[in-house]
Amino acid sequence: MSLQQEVELLRKIPMFANIEPAQLKLLAFTSERLSYASGEVLCRQGDTGDAAFLIIAGEADVTIETEKGPLTVATLGDHDFVGEIAILCDVPRTATVTARSDLKALRIEKDLFFRLIGEFPEIAKEVMRELSRRLAHSNAQLREMAMSLEKGGEK
Amino acid sequence: MEPTIFRFILKYSKAQQLWLLAVIVFSYPFLYLSLDMPKLIVNRAIGDPTGPPYEIPLFGVPVFTLQAGQIEFLITLSLIYLLLVFINGILKYYINVYQGQLGERLLRRLRYQLYERILRFPLRQFRKVSQGEIIPMITSEVEPLGGFIGTAFADPLFQGGQLLIILAFILVQDPILGAAAIAFYPLQIYLIPKLQRRVNELGKARVRNVRRLADHIGESISGVAEVHAHDTARLELSRFAERLGMIYWIRYDIYRRKFFIKFLNNFIDKLTPFFFFSIGGWLVIEGGLSFGALVAVLAAYKDLASPWKELLSWYQQKEDVRIKYGQVIEQFDPPGILDTDRLLGEPDGEADGSVDTAIGLQNVSLIDDDGVRKLDGATADIPSGAHVAVVGAGDSGKGDLAVAIAGLQPPTGGSVTLGEREINTLPRAVTGRRIAYVGPAVHIQAGTFADALTYGLKHQPVKDAQYEGAAVKRRQEEVHEAAQAGNTTLDFGADWIDYAAADVAGPDELERRMIDVLRAVDLDEDVYVRGLRGTIDPERRPDVARKVLNARAAVCDRLADPQVSRLVEPFDAARYNTNATVAENVMFGLPLGDALSEENIAENRYMRRILERVGLTGDFLTIGERVAKTMVEIFADLPPGHEFFERFSFISAEDLPEFQAILGRASRGLDALGEGDRNRLIALPFKLIPARHRLDLCDEGLQVRLLEARRAFAADLPDELAGEIAFFDPQRYNPGATIQDNILFGKIDYGQANAAQNVGKLIAEVLSEPELREVVMSAGLRSPTGPGGSRLSPVQRQKIGIARCLLKRPEILLINEAAAGFDARMQNTVVDRVLDESRGRTVVWVLNNAAMASKFSHVLVMEAGRIVEQGSPAELANEEGGAYRALLHDH
Repeated sequence: MSLQQEVELLRKIPMFANIEPAQLKLLAFTSERLSYASGEVLCRQGDTGDAAFLIIAGEADVTIETEKGPLTVATLGDHDFVGEIAILCDVPRTATVTARSDLKALRIEKDLFFRLIGEFPEIAKEVMRELSRRLAHSNAQLREMAMSLEKGGEK
Repeated sequence: MEPTIFRFILKYSKAQQLWLLAVIVFSYPFLYLSLDMPKLIVNRAIGDPTGPPYEIPLFGVPVFTLQAGQIEFLITLSLIYLLLVFINGILKYYINVYQGQLGERLLRRLRYQLYERILRFPLRQFRKVSQGEIIPMITSEVEPLGGFIGTAFADPLFQGGQLLIILAFILVQDPILGAAAIAFYPLQIYLIPKLQRRVNELGKARVRNVRRLADHIGESISGVAEVHAHDTARLELSRFAERLGMIYWIRYDIYRRKFFIKFLNNFIDKLTPFFFFSIGGWLVIEGGLSFGALVAVLAAYKDLASPWKELLSWYQQKEDVRIKYGQVIEQFDPPGILDTDRLLGEPDGEADGSVDTAIGLQNVSLIDDDGVRKLDGATADIPSGAHVAVVGAGDSGKGDLAVAIAGLQPPTGGSVTLGEREINTLPRAVTGRRIAYVGPAVHIQAGTFADALTYGLKHQPVKDAQYEGAAVKRRQEEVHEAAQAGNTTLDFGADWIDYAAADVAGPDELERRMIDVLRAVDLDEDVYVRGLRGTIDPERRPDVARKVLNARAAVCDRLADPQVSRLVEPFDAARYNTNATVAENVMFGLPLGDALSEENIAENRYMRRILERVGLTGDFLTIGERVAKTMVEIFADLPPGHEFFERFSFISAEDLPEFQAILGRASRGLDALGEGDRNRLIALPFKLIPARHRLDLCDEGLQVRLLEARRAFAADLPDELAGEIAFFDPQRYNPGATIQDNILFGKIDYGQANAAQNVGKLIAEVLSEPELREVVMSAGLRSPTGPGGSRLSPVQRQKIGIARCLLKRPEILLINEAAAGFDARMQNTVVDRVLDESRGRTVVWVLNNAAMASKFSHVLVMEAGRIVEQGSPAELANEEGGAYRALLHDH
């Protein structure tokens, strides 16, 4: 797997879809491609987020700590992107990501990503657009939930 | 600062200018004589032999009588002429060098003054000025001033005097010819400045238009899709043509005027000889003028042209420099500039050592330039030794309070006092040594960790540097020169570290203390890891080298464990190491000298012979071209000096344009490239690390051939290269490799997650001796932090900012949200340790997290620039409806 293929994978992520190829290449070049053994942890809930991960090959479990112990909320596969919220703002990791099989991932460091944004504000614009889209989406979901709750109340 | 360049020159170089003038006046008689002598030779020695005896006159007065033949007389006069020419040349040389030196000294003084003024700017001034404006002012804009300063008075006098002497000479020979020679000067004096002024204006207009042209090109490039989509190419071309036209007409006008001035000067120049030939010739024929006199006048007139031209150009330069000086210095005189005494003065005896460290805030107000009230009557007393937390919302003015206490920003109303003294009357020598301030954004100057930590201890040299032999004289000259230019004579090379302030005896103890403060801010492990990537000299520390080799054996034993073997790719003579560079792989070792260093390896003749022999030259060229292409593609849009270049690029920012040009030439075929271009390209693959760079340029086939090159390289290594390389040898310490690589006898695998941490753990296990830890820490302290601390993460920079305050052992420690970027756990640890370190001394800590305030003895709660609550955190936390309580519950 070469840099060029990593660039292709990055381009499939909506946040990066409209970014210039040369800048995506720079992003890939300044990131690390890492192998994780099965059971190794990519990031841990509660830690300060310092990187986002693009899964190149393999599977990973997303778990959150509950009072009854860890709860798997999702399973990630090839080409999934995870941890991006933590590299955009200073919030602790909201979940733990653990490799389920041997896994290869591109690790995009927060510090480098921010410097890149500083250099190419177009990237920030695309990221902002993607986040707004997500916000709108979750607002719509909330509205739906509220409405169904109201209906439930009426009954 | 002096309002005009002439005042500046007079103030700082009056004596030298006078000396220069004296030398120039002294040179005049020799000049006159050297002009007079040819006439004497032609008229007396050749044309009119009336001796012996022959009289040799100087200035018309016979000074010497020669009892010899005509030939001897001629030779004597010629020799005198030669001597005069020589003396003139020497004097001119002396004057030129003296002028250059004078100019450079004053330029040095001016730059020093400007830089000192920057250091004296009130902090708020930096919000108004941009670096991009200030830097060229001190570096390039004042440069022409240096050239002018030496000539400011000398040139008009020297050239003008020369002119007058030559004129006087001509006038003495013949008043009418003399008058003829200068008949046109008044016209030139009147006309040329007028014409030149218009040319200058046109020049400025041309620059404006070229900038506009650049704007248009930029606009077209970013909007080229629009041009195609709307079929507006014709419009853009016509707009561009119009701009080019403007430039053309300005340029045309400039040429016309410039060459007209030239024509005028030349014509007038040649018009005068016309009179000499016609009127002078007539006078010679009529017998009213000697032939020798006419020749001498013609020769003198030829000499007249050059000083006259110089005078005219002096005039133009003067105008230019006068405006430049004015434009520069007006930028360096902002209101509120600090007194030199406050910046550099030593504390007076009474204040020294006895400043009370109780902080008093009386009604402190601060209004910024936009009229916003940052502090609004803040009043509090902070007794010596108190640990005070300042809490409040982000815009409550808590940060401004810390800045005011540090004396960095004078309040617009009220007062901040240290004991009896108003803080803004105390020099930096008091505030900067007894108070330590660290803000939310720490700047780390380029250097090592140790440099960064000791920065706050370097107030003045404490121990002179030792000079020996020629260096002693050199240093004396240096001091003399610096004093001549009004610069400081403090020796930058001296030891500046104030060991007493850090409460240590010397460098060794200081190093241990640095490690202590690093531990206090939880940075010691990071420095340790860097230390592992440092080097030691095994000949100086054989004990350390031996212990490292023991550790290597321990690692080797554990390589059977897949958990370990997956982290490290060992050096193996028979295998290619994909985590090492191509150069390291071919050499199977590391360079010790320059011959095989990263910069020179591609041009090393032996290395090239090896590549040629195994048929790799062509591959290196092709790979080099592909690497260059990728680098140019991904780094071309970054500004030069961006830290990514240093960290990631194969090609430095300065070299990037050159590689762009090489790629352009390479597109016509690699074989057509010149030797220089080929060398640049072949150098690139040597830096390639396949596992890290993932450029897909070093496949297994190539690796096999590189191994072949490795064998060939070792087999025929010439003797002169034997000392240039340290081969990887399992039994020996490699002085070129890092401590870590020596322990691992291999490279960390770039592609393994958490490899660095796991290797760190592994090394900690095999390297348990505390003594070795000290050596590694010491190597870590010597590792570079990068320009502006760019090799450090923001959190690491903040930690260094706090650590160096601790190293200073200040009586008052001010921490202004410097730990805000740390996560809660780390913040907790650092606050505890810093407070513990500072027991008995005052700490004022502006917190972003109010909950942390419970660790302090006092809390100041701020709201809208006022201190609304103060007291012990326990009391305030229980106060119903209190501001502190509210802050606690927000979290």
